[in-house]
Amino acid sequence: MTAQAIIQSLASGLLMGLLYGLIAVGLALIFGLMDVVNFAHGEFLMIAMYVSFFLFTFFAIDPLLSAPLVAAALFVFGAVVYLLIVRFAMRAKANAGMVQIFTTFGLAIVMRGLAQFFFTPDYRSVPHSWLGGKTISIAGIFLPEPQLMGALVSILAFAGLYFFINRTDFGRALEATREDPGAVALVGIDKNRVFALGWGLGAALVGLAGAIMASFFYIYPDVGASFALIAYVTVALGGFGSVFGAFAGGIVVGLVEAMTALMLPPSLKSVGIYAVYLLVVFIRPRGLFGSI
Amino acid sequence: MDKNFAARRRRDLIIAAVLVALAALAPLFVKDVYVQNILILTLMYAALSQSWNILSGYCGQISLGHALYFGIGAYTTELLFTKFGVLPWFGMLAGGMIAAAIAMGLGYPFFRLRGHYFVIATIVIAEIGLLLFQNWEWAGAAMGITIPVRGDSWVKFQFLRSKLPYFYFALALCSLAWFVTWWLEDSKWGFWWRAVKDNPEAAESLGVVVFNSKMGAAAVSAFLVAVGGAFYAQFLAYIDPESVMGFQFSLLMALPAVLGGIGTLWGPVLGAAILIPMTELTRSYIGGSGRGVDLIVYGALIVAISLALPQGLVSLFSRSKAKNQAKGATR
Repeated sequence: MTAQAIIQSLASGLLMGLLYGLIAVGLALIFGLMDVVNFAHGEFLMIAMYVSFFLFTFFAIDPLLSAPLVAAALFVFGAVVYLLIVRFAMRAKANAGMVQIFTTFGLAIVMRGLAQFFFTPDYRSVPHSWLGGKTISIAGIFLPEPQLMGALVSILAFAGLYFFINRTDFGRALEATREDPGAVALVGIDKNRVFALGWGLGAALVGLAGAIMASFFYIYPDVGASFALIAYVTVALGGFGSVFGAFAGGIVVGLVEAMTALMLPPSLKSVGIYAVYLLVVFIRPRGLFGSI
Repeated sequence: MDKNFAARRRRDLIIAAVLVALAALAPLFVKDVYVQNILILTLMYAALSQSWNILSGYCGQISLGHALYFGIGAYTTELLFTKFGVLPWFGMLAGGMIAAAIAMGLGYPFFRLRGHYFVIATIVIAEIGLLLFQNWEWAGAAMGITIPVRGDSWVKFQFLRSKLPYFYFALALCSLAWFVTWWLEDSKWGFWWRAVKDNPEAAESLGVVVFNSKMGAAAVSAFLVAVGGAFYAQFLAYIDPESVMGFQFSLLMALPAVLGGIGTLWGPVLGAAILIPMTELTRSYIGGSGRGVDLIVYGALIVAISLALPQGLVSLFSRSKAKNQAKGATR
């Protein structure tokens, strides 16, 4: 194992890690806002990839250009899912945790079924996109352009999210609702609107990730499952409820995955992520940046 | 109150005895192998869900990684059988004990975790188990193990001519899991578990040994699930990591209890009785197209029941009873 190979792995791992962070941050946002884990998060990613795929197939819009459109579509989708389904799961008095887990899980199964029904279980990919298959080389290190773009979008999205939460009225309403959902009603903030906004935002972020991924990953109904588990681990590693934790967690996960792939057979590359997750929560049961 | 409780427990036991007797007679009327197959799976999932319910329902430690114990039961039995010729009965016991030991070993770090951190840790550990078995050459790696034909007898726990022996074993396992739950419900442990689930700090302050009671629940739960895994392996005569340790098993174990009523004695049985036939029927009647219609129906049902009956189907019965009692009180 040469130094070159290690640096190459670290660089690819960092790029992939930023993308994992982008996938996970929506999950962290929703959890931080209302203590709900969206077990259909992977399926949100899957839908985003299909939307991007169809925008390319029917309108020849490159995934890179369609990313904002996909994010907007997913925003609406996320808000609707909250208003039509999750809102009611929040009302459960008994077994609230189980109800939320199984409501969102049932939704995930329905979404997978719908994807199979409408799009068939076939594997699809976006051929000849602008970035697909291209790499650039810096000092002998090869970086795939789609992942590089994904990392860039991820950093911009985090910066945007940070600005949104800290500098805008809606962001402050989000923060206030998160701290005390009961009290905000007194100052005229509609809790349901804020939660719907949170779900919309969370979905839009995973929408961005999906659009980017469409240019270098196969698209099929079950594609979300493996990324979802990584996203849960990422969020828990960073600490539930911490958006910054999801960002940092993503980087850690990407690097650990790349290092594991260097040392173990490729089929075991996820074992490293899982082992690090267990190690971190055993030392810090609230994750790296979790405060609750 | 105490009198009512004792009466209710006696009634539960009588109902269970009647149900088991009726179920034991079922093969007299059900000759169709396809239907027998559904009955066997229903009984097996009822048993698994009942066992899962002990840790996750009664004790409140929600595990979505019980597939690990299921897979350990299946693999221990079949590795001992195919590599060393050990009869499945002993393998089953060994698998149960290994699973219980692993559950307790994992308990030391895991039971410090709260809420979603615990849930995700259970998913993760099962996933690690799955990946390790997929890469473990001696255990057949991803190809799995085909269980060789050694005859048709209870001694070898292998039946070629008829599915009925499997049916009776599944019925016995289901009855055992139910009886263990029934028995524990009224034991010191049962009360500890409910106290730990409702409020661990308060339980601790009242002298409940929170950690030990979680450990007890984990061990009993894992042991019974592993026995279920051993049964499933013999029943299918073929195992591979994905088919005995995949995430879907963790879910399929939890769902009947959740739909029927988590943390209740009858919830898992009721949930399995409805869910498993429904799953099998939707799969064979509308799933054949491979277009996912069965998934849509199945998922929508999970959403609908979770939202409409957060306390599960058993709450339909207890609710009407509570109403009657309230009426009686006002009268």
